[in-house]
Amino acid sequence: MTARTVLQQADITRALTRIAHEILESNASHDGASSRIVLLGIPTRGVLLARRLGAILEQLAPGAAEVGALDVTMYRDDLARQPTRTPSPSSVPSDGIDGKTVVLVDDVLYSGRTVRAALDALSDLGRPRAVRLAALIDRGHRELPIRADFVGKNLPTSQTQRIYVKLLESDGQDLVAVFDEEDQG
Amino acid sequence: MRHLLSVRDLDRGAAVGILDLAEDMADVATRAVPRLPTLRGRTVANLFFEDSTRTRLSFEAAAKRLSADVITFSAKGSSVSKGESLKDTAQTIAAMGIDAVVLRHPASGAARVLADGQWIDAAVINAGDGMHEHPTQGLLDAFTMRKAVHGTASRGTGLDGLRVTIVGDILHSRVARSNIWLLKTLGASVHLVGPETLLPAGVGAWPVTSGTDLDDALAGKPDVVMMLRVQGERMHAAYFPNEREYSRQWGLDDARLARLAPDTMVMHPGPMNRGLEISSAAADSARSLVLDQVANGVSIRMAVLYLVLSGSEGRGAV
Repeated sequence: MTARTVLQQADITRALTRIAHEILESNASHDGASSRIVLLGIPTRGVLLARRLGAILEQLAPGAAEVGALDVTMYRDDLARQPTRTPSPSSVPSDGIDGKTVVLVDDVLYSGRTVRAALDALSDLGRPRAVRLAALIDRGHRELPIRADFVGKNLPTSQTQRIYVKLLESDGQDLVAVFDEEDQG
Repeated sequence: MRHLLSVRDLDRGAAVGILDLAEDMADVATRAVPRLPTLRGRTVANLFFEDSTRTRLSFEAAAKRLSADVITFSAKGSSVSKGESLKDTAQTIAAMGIDAVVLRHPASGAARVLADGQWIDAAVINAGDGMHEHPTQGLLDAFTMRKAVHGTASRGTGLDGLRVTIVGDILHSRVARSNIWLLKTLGASVHLVGPETLLPAGVGAWPVTSGTDLDDALAGKPDVVMMLRVQGERMHAAYFPNEREYSRQWGLDDARLARLAPDTMVMHPGPMNRGLEISSAAADSARSLVLDQVANGVSIRMAVLYLVLSGSEGRGAV
């Protein structure tokens, strides 16, 4: 197994800062008036990324964004095929998401099935004004007609490769790496 | 988790995990659409060979909130009254294609028999078997206590140091048995009180203390007082002289209620015999968690249904 580092700490910070600017920009251009932004991270690392994005947005435009978490376990379509997943707690703003712009935040965008589950979960919570998707890595291989609005890095991969996202808060370091699973024949 | 037959199969981690999951499920109930698509396409059969209101309705509500289909069977008015056995009834239901069986049966160990026998492939959830166990009741009681103690900071916690007094018909109570073992697993201590005739002979081997004087027990300021129903239908002998005497000695009446500390939790698994083991004032007091228990039951059963019906472990081709 060979590993290749794709993003280091400075790269991740730079990508998140750019995404934060893009979020603000797209929100403001939305028919003139800006709506409140809710960053909802998808557990586990999406939540950490959402918090970081929230902190950056707080510096750029204080009070513009709220941060929460959206667990999608109960909406997945592969529950019977995988070992039992333990859901993480969700947290959404106490006044809900109605009329706000929700930005879903995940670490890696792959098949798109997690995002599909997240969209279903969102529609049970309320009716946002718009839903956007931010991903640190877009590795391709979509199985559903879903694309990200904000991408940290597009990373073309083969399906045999694996991507590891490590974050300071959960893994002690900031790093994105690609592993080639060598064919054992 | 393949089946849920007994709380004794749960270690502390697993028990806390179920309670935490139930917290997530409880959040669902507060939403505009209290429904998750999780178990869409799965079928849950409620097999009730014994009367029940809240457990059956609670399992039904839980399954529906997770979008499962529910078939409910009760022994009254079914072929059981024509002499059909548990095996045949189970196989008949299984042939209709079900994924989980929720079983209530008057024989102790019935759920274990159904789970261990190779008759059906479905997950089995014990919803009360004779005088043995009622695991989801134990879990919902623990959940209710944890919620009352820790509030919104409940996640991940146990019931360490909590002192629980269980009062009444211990002998016939599966609720008491499930509570005793689960509370011990979660770190609480249990004291049993009841007439000598209604304390099981083997009580010395249980991880509890026991006594016959309710006033002594209440003087010890327990955190929780759990009153049990006097199970008249299982009493084929005279266990106490008459109801008035029982109520006088072991009932939570108005006078005893007044002596409880203001934060003592009063619990009862229902259905209540008002005026016998619990007075109306006690049942309806601010300390009473009876209705919380019912509400939490749905969350607990959603968590259990999710755990036995999701995941690919231990199941054949789906």
